[in-house]
Amino acid sequence: MPLDKPYLDVPGTTIFDADQSRKGYHLNQFCMSLMKAGNRARFKADERAYLDEWPMTEEQKRAVLARDLNRCIQLGGNIYFLAKIGATDGKSFQQMAGSMTGMSEEEYRDMMLAGGRPIEGNRYVGEKND
Amino acid sequence: MARITASVYTSHVPAIGAALDAGKAGEPYWQKVFAGYEFSKRWMREQRPDVIFLVYNDHATAFSLEMIPTFAIGCAAQFDPADEGWGPRPVPTVVGHPELAAHIAQSVIQQDFDLTIVNRMDVDHGLTVPLSLMCGQPQAWPCPVIPFAVNVVQYPVPSGRRCLNLGKAIRKAVEAYDQDLNVQVWGTGGMSHQLQGPRAGLINREFDNAFLDRMIADPEGLAAMPHVDYVREAGSEGIELVMWLIARGAMSDCSRGADGGPAAGPPPTVRHRFYHVPASNTAVGHLILEESRA
Repeated sequence: MPLDKPYLDVPGTTIFDADQSRKGYHLNQFCMSLMKAGNRARFKADERAYLDEWPMTEEQKRAVLARDLNRCIQLGGNIYFLAKIGATDGKSFQQMAGSMTGMSEEEYRDMMLAGGRPIEGNRYVGEKND
Repeated sequence: MARITASVYTSHVPAIGAALDAGKAGEPYWQKVFAGYEFSKRWMREQRPDVIFLVYNDHATAFSLEMIPTFAIGCAAQFDPADEGWGPRPVPTVVGHPELAAHIAQSVIQQDFDLTIVNRMDVDHGLTVPLSLMCGQPQAWPCPVIPFAVNVVQYPVPSGRRCLNLGKAIRKAVEAYDQDLNVQVWGTGGMSHQLQGPRAGLINREFDNAFLDRMIADPEGLAAMPHVDYVREAGSEGIELVMWLIARGAMSDCSRGADGGPAAGPPPTVRHRFYHVPASNTAVGHLILEESRA
């Protein structure tokens, strides 16, 4: 029997469940390795070579190199792990979150100052014809 | 005997810690956040708790995907602030309370909650930001802290019902501890926020304020809310709010006197309530509930 996943119709959202975690195990563990300063330095010196030390898929490696966080999440990444890449790049959490929305950094910051993204129209896939 | 005198609820946004540590607390953006905790810092100085039982979640810091405990109790003598990639926060080492922690672990496991016992662990912003908000920037934290980490990173997280019932078991454990200690239970995380995907930046004031209302007056009803409602209404990371129910379940009015537990007490007294948007990507919510004098 398939698992109950009542959250699949939440728009613009990927829930990090057991299936995603399994897919993203090595991607997330690579991110975790960036908690150590020595590893951050080695990654920065040659990103591709560092990624090749991990049994990640080619798609996952390309998504990391492109800093395409939405793609990383599709491929099993979790935002708290991916945040280690952002920290390595010197990015704030707000810059990282904003980068996934298609908005500019300023637009995203202004949206948050104005009270954030509204819930109306953002509960179910299809509400906004997306 | 030890007693739980109050519960505290607060968001634990990392940017709040970063702002405080960088000396930006006085900037208008952050002043609006810290103003909500002025009362709380005075209250903490008056209350003088002996131990804080601090419910929080680790954010891929102490726990990677190698091990994902649903409930982990910190039984060590001390816990160092973690390096989360930016260097450790310049805050005091967290002193534990190994005797009470071990007592709670044994009692709560015997009440059918399978805790993971952790004797070595660094603590991240989930634990240190609430301490900073409530205590300011002291040379040492005012009392020992028992860290209690809940998995809210990998779905499914524990249900609201399970969290509330766990709080009741913690109360029973504390009240059976043979030393006269003033214990506070804190629940942290939330409120509405989403840090990932095209829906990042979601904030839901109406949900958050209704959540605060129900935390005060209807914890049993609130505990029945399914996960998907948190995710849909409060954002994928808003699910952290289930942790507040652990602290709420530890208040005496939730006990109901069931299965040999302590008799139900009166509704708690609301000492403080605060809500503000935004701190970085997040809605900040804060409550202080005190046990009412009988």
